[in-house]
Amino acid sequence: MSEKLIEVNNVTYVYEPDEEGAPGYTALSNVSTHIDKGEFVAVLGHNGSGKSTLAKLLNAIYEPTEGTVSVKGIVADTEEKGDEVRRIVGMVFQNPDNQIVATIVEDDVAFGPENLGVEPSEIRRRVDEALKSVNMYEMREREPHRLSGGQKQRVAIAGVLAMQTECIVLDEPTAMLDPMGRSEVMKTVCRLNEELGITVVLITHFMEEAVLADRVIVMDNGRIIDEGTPAEIFSKADFLRSHGLDVPQSTELCRLVGIDGCVLSVGEAVEKIASLIGGAAG
Amino acid sequence: MVRDITFGQYYPGKSVLHRMDPRMKLAATFGMIIVIFICKSFPALGLMTLFTLVAALLSTVPLKMILKSIKPVLIILIFTAVLNVFYSKGGQTYFSWWKIEVTEKGVNTAVFTVIRIIALVVLSSLLTYTTTPTMLTDALERLLSPLKVFHIKVHTLAMMMTLALRFIPTLIEEIDRIMNAQKARGADLETGGILQRAKALIPIFIPLMVSSFRRAYELALAMTCRCYTGGEGRTRMKQMKLAGRDIACLVICLIVLAGVITLNIFFKKVI
Repeated sequence: MSEKLIEVNNVTYVYEPDEEGAPGYTALSNVSTHIDKGEFVAVLGHNGSGKSTLAKLLNAIYEPTEGTVSVKGIVADTEEKGDEVRRIVGMVFQNPDNQIVATIVEDDVAFGPENLGVEPSEIRRRVDEALKSVNMYEMREREPHRLSGGQKQRVAIAGVLAMQTECIVLDEPTAMLDPMGRSEVMKTVCRLNEELGITVVLITHFMEEAVLADRVIVMDNGRIIDEGTPAEIFSKADFLRSHGLDVPQSTELCRLVGIDGCVLSVGEAVEKIASLIGGAAG
Repeated sequence: MVRDITFGQYYPGKSVLHRMDPRMKLAATFGMIIVIFICKSFPALGLMTLFTLVAALLSTVPLKMILKSIKPVLIILIFTAVLNVFYSKGGQTYFSWWKIEVTEKGVNTAVFTVIRIIALVVLSSLLTYTTTPTMLTDALERLLSPLKVFHIKVHTLAMMMTLALRFIPTLIEEIDRIMNAQKARGADLETGGILQRAKALIPIFIPLMVSSFRRAYELALAMTCRCYTGGEGRTRMKQMKLAGRDIACLVICLIVLAGVITLNIFFKKVI
């Protein structure tokens, strides 16, 4: 039923050994997965689990050492094909400062479509639309360095939207943000997926963010160790802990007070605990 | 504090000068600076001063800002004035004492040079007051684009300039952060002789260099992700179009040029 957008087949990625003869580092070994069109996938793993490497393979920044990555059937084995892939899969990085190119917000959003050679009037339309959908339209004439981290990250997302890619890969987009900025960015990401139907791949090590996805891929040591809906994944607390990961705090709290099933969101937890207390009192 | 840094010295506004095509502004400023040097007589220089004054009035930049732009060249102004008063001799002697003589020619040359320098500074700062750095680099890219014939990568140069401007505030913030981090570790940046203080800067510059390289690498990746492949096949969102006011500016500049040449012929040369 669902159409496959990206297919990862038996991919191994080895970082080149350096000149001093240190052995190459195998970041991914024999990884296979797929991303469906319109899906929201979270890739979860602690530092060094290979999740960022996987992200960079998805839009042809890296070429797999073994195996293939195909995006809509395109395998990026030449530079031209790499460019083609990057027109379909956009990317947002961790550090908001290091991905903004221009000195004015709207110029930065226009950078992508300008590179694609889009007509000027069409670029204007796309830029305005992209800025509106990340709620940054009022700030379009600001200088990026005067914005907060969350706002900068939303500008970066708008920059990808303006290119009209079908898929956005976000590589730990909230790692350098404060809690406010983090929730701004996550709300934006969820809305893009729900309202605009854009495929989202979110690389993260925050459990609370992974909960929002349709599907969670758990990685450790360069391998995919588990895959499933957030409810399936987070009900295996001990398994996650043995791989250096954790479950969301609300899930953990509900488990400790003895609520059955897997509770994911804070709201749900509050409701269940309230009814538990009410039940005990009555 | 650090966040308040502005690029260049742009003064936001909506005047005719602000709305002019930056290409025309850049070309006109460059042209008129040459015209200032063509001026040889007081009436010719007077015409140029008038032109500069009118431009300053049209820009709606406050007088205080314009005076501020003259401040850095104040020492040069005084120095050239004094030198010219005493060194060029000729005509009527106004004042004479020991070996020092102040003559008509000396005073004239001094006044002429001072007015010339002021006009020069005001005119060029009007350009930067009314044009954002992005607009300036864009205009420069387009004006220099004929150089592509000689295989000069104009687009790359302009992109480098834009990126440098973009990263100035980021790096200033970074320096601030590193300085605080080193101070917290007990680094002493404020005392000691020049040599000692220069040495104290090493632990600030090395981390700054390292992080700049990392930033450059990440930025290059981000640019690749947004399909940047250089200047070829790129379009621009903000088109530059010559409007009526730009043609008017060109005509006015040409009239002033003609005026200056005529006035140079009919009046006595000062320089």
